[in-house]
Amino acid sequence: MTLPGVADFERVVLPHLDAAYNLARWLVGDATLAQDVVQDAVMRALSYFGSFRGGDARAWLLRIVRNTAYTALAARQRGGTASLDAMWRDGEATALQVHDPADDPEAALARSENVAQLDQALAALPLELRECLVLRELQELSYKEISHVTGVPIGTVMSRLWRARQLLMRNPVEGGET
Amino acid sequence: MTGDGCAEIRLMVQADVDGELTPAEAARVSAHLDGCAGCASLPAQLMALSGSIRREALYYPAPDALHAAIRSRIAGAAPQPAEGAAMPDMNQYTAARWWKRLPRPTWRGSAPFGAGFALAACLALVVMLPRGDGLPDDVVAGHIRALQPGHLLDVTSTDQHTVKPWFDGRLDFAPPVRDFKAEGFPLTGARLDYLAGRTVAALVYQRRQHVIDLFVWPDGRHFDRSPVVGDHSGYNVLRWSRDGMAFWAVSDLNAQELADFVRLWQAE
Repeated sequence: MTLPGVADFERVVLPHLDAAYNLARWLVGDATLAQDVVQDAVMRALSYFGSFRGGDARAWLLRIVRNTAYTALAARQRGGTASLDAMWRDGEATALQVHDPADDPEAALARSENVAQLDQALAALPLELRECLVLRELQELSYKEISHVTGVPIGTVMSRLWRARQLLMRNPVEGGET
Repeated sequence: MTGDGCAEIRLMVQADVDGELTPAEAARVSAHLDGCAGCASLPAQLMALSGSIRREALYYPAPDALHAAIRSRIAGAAPQPAEGAAMPDMNQYTAARWWKRLPRPTWRGSAPFGAGFALAACLALVVMLPRGDGLPDDVVAGHIRALQPGHLLDVTSTDQHTVKPWFDGRLDFAPPVRDFKAEGFPLTGARLDYLAGRTVAALVYQRRQHVIDLFVWPDGRHFDRSPVVGDHSGYNVLRWSRDGMAFWAVSDLNAQELADFVRLWQAE
């Protein structure tokens, strides 16, 4: 017997690995864990592929990535607490903190202070707001697609996007009074 | 203009900027903006923010190693012509512990990549770890070599009291052997390996689908040494010394969980 659709899977789903990794990286905030998440999510997607009915493969994959990332975050929260920090605090390893393979030092240096601030601000947003904004701005998904990926109604997507943007805008528009 | 009215219309302004409105809805937004000084600047602000994020925030493309690892795992999950009849049904993968059925990531069938990746991993480690240690190359190479089919274990046992005596007569030292099954790092066996010009003990642990190799040998230079971490996309390496023994843990497990593993070893 042959597994149906492995070639189809590679053709339809694998082009979206960058999107998958970017979302995972923004959700879990750690390059190594993000790679684990994407690997697990892709293998899970392969097993679900028989039930994929066509349509937007990217949104479909991102939904699986998103759920896998949440599982991984929950597991990390249960399992260890900042073990690296605690372990290496006094050791010689402090200068050798876990390196982020995705972060090219030269590229990092070249980025301006403003960029770093925006990056940090985005990373500091509450998870459910950050995911909506990343899906909208970096993955360029429509409200409907974001709703599909996150499993919340479009109205909630809109209000989360609004809250996220308000938090990031230097001069957030206040209440309604003019 | 009431506050409530504006709060609602602002979601519409946002939707307009996001290209989500029908022409009729967009016209309604436009009419509101013409008459409301409080909202008039909102589209420009939203567009400026959107532009900054798209221009400046990091988009993280998938690292090459991840592309390769995933292709390798998919190839591993695909049917092998020679053993087609033994392939599990796809539906089995959807069982709750589907991942347990997945093959370990191997470098089988991608030898050129494997070699290149090993080299890249070694180069990265030489940069990361203190100078004077030529070992990272050997340690990672040893780990990758061991992942080849049939190379991982000389003795298969989850019992530390079986594994420890197995080393007797095979090594000129007695490596400590511990099992952390209860903590989620079960011992799966051991083998002999050759590193730093001598035969060393390699203890093999499993963490989900990840293999951890722990190399152990007498450390003549350091009795105790704090852990040092290094990594290269996919392989994390931690080394430390304790009670006159050098320990090197290597795995594609994430750094945090590998550190948890090392902490278990460090605990009395």
